[in-house]
Amino acid sequence: MTLKATPLNSAHRALGAKMVDFGGWDMPVNYGSQIEEHNAVRSDAGMFDVAHMCVVDIKGANTRAFLRGLLANNVDKLQVPGKALYSCMLNTEAGVIDDLIVYFLAEDWFRLVVNAGTADKDVAWMNAQNVASGAGVTITQRRDGNDPIALIAVQGPNARAKVWQVLPNAQAASENMKPFNVVIVPDTAFGEAMIARTGYTGEDGFEIGVPAAQAEALWNAFVAAGIAPAGLGARDTLRLEAGMNLYGQDMDETVNPLDAGLAWTIDLVSERDFIGKAALQAKGQNFQFVGLILREKGGILRAHQRVVAASGNFGEITSGTFSPSMQQAIALARVPMDVAVGDTVHVIIRDKQLAASVVKLPFVRNGKVLAA
Amino acid sequence: MNIPADLKYTESHEWVRREEDGSLTVGITEYAQDALGDIVFVELPQVGKAFNAGDDAAVVESVKAASDIYSPVSGTVSAVNQPVADAPDSINSDAYSAWLFKLTPTDAGAFDKLLDADAYGKTTGN
Repeated sequence: MTLKATPLNSAHRALGAKMVDFGGWDMPVNYGSQIEEHNAVRSDAGMFDVAHMCVVDIKGANTRAFLRGLLANNVDKLQVPGKALYSCMLNTEAGVIDDLIVYFLAEDWFRLVVNAGTADKDVAWMNAQNVASGAGVTITQRRDGNDPIALIAVQGPNARAKVWQVLPNAQAASENMKPFNVVIVPDTAFGEAMIARTGYTGEDGFEIGVPAAQAEALWNAFVAAGIAPAGLGARDTLRLEAGMNLYGQDMDETVNPLDAGLAWTIDLVSERDFIGKAALQAKGQNFQFVGLILREKGGILRAHQRVVAASGNFGEITSGTFSPSMQQAIALARVPMDVAVGDTVHVIIRDKQLAASVVKLPFVRNGKVLAA
Repeated sequence: MNIPADLKYTESHEWVRREEDGSLTVGITEYAQDALGDIVFVELPQVGKAFNAGDDAAVVESVKAASDIYSPVSGTVSAVNQPVADAPDSINSDAYSAWLFKLTPTDAGAFDKLLDADAYGKTTGN
């Protein structure tokens, strides 16, 4: 099977990246040291090829109404053009089909960004719901085929300043933009650029979309401006420290978002109906989603390791790693309801039960360690 | 990829050096540390533990993966390198000086049956 490649594939190879198969995509896991790349993002500026993710444009007079029913979070929170919202898209059993960001551009145009591995499934689901609801919107994925948009995420305390060095035309439009907003700048040196103040690292920065044919030139200009290329290894340690879920690992179609720490992304307060609402209300929350910090030497916390609470009830780690910023093993875990923040639990690693502290997420935000 | 000619090797990427007193020093190769990425945890055996060839002797973990390190020959652990356990990334910096443990082999001739640098190089495509 041939792996899929983003427009930045040659650029990664020219930089000596170690390439891996990531869900069918040929992607860079690091360019030498993932710990150095992680630290560059926390202290300066690093960038990620996220062109495997998929922009989906939804257009038409009924777009808002369509999305009100489709998404678990409420797009009526988006009233000012440019505002963005993080949401899950649920199936009728309240399982998570994907997590995504939706950007409000105009009453007849909302833009979604969905995960790489789920894009085809997501678009098929949206098309089916479009037919079932009679909304009559047009749904256009912008990754494969005509007029593709490639995404690059630039993250870190110096990220925005370095982006403006390379995209000076975008500075006026984006320098006063608050977090979780987007602006489209039509006339940069790299074509029309979507500039969103969003990210997956817990640092400030921009996620930038340009025509795919311009992506390599933009990437190389960012390298010249001193932005450090960072691969999937660093992407995972950064997002885990930031307490951000990874679809396919922390939740999937068999997981209820209330059990994955995503209650804050679901609007159950308004009268609005949405796909999965009834099942969600019927099931309720049955697990807590917490952070763990390993307190005894004996290994690294990893996905699927079992967690034993003081009560003897079991939980499971969904994502684990060694935190470069904290120099400790940390994890996200689904644990029984009788576990409290501040408790000590035990993680089973190679036949030993090692003590871990239960902490509130996130571990790290804006370069600062919050959990200790 | 550096594969010193004066060491012996296993297919599971351990390097082995015979000392003047007949003891064997064991570590992991440059190829192995490169494949693992940044190493963040090392678990060493207890001094005095006896192993058969191929037994799990130590663990080296990077962010990506946990890797078992096998005893290359039968023997008893005579020393462990605690400074490497305390600074796991030293394996990435210099795999051939960051030894993990020393063995007193039960059979002095077993060392000679390990792979030489050329043979190990072939197994890693070098």
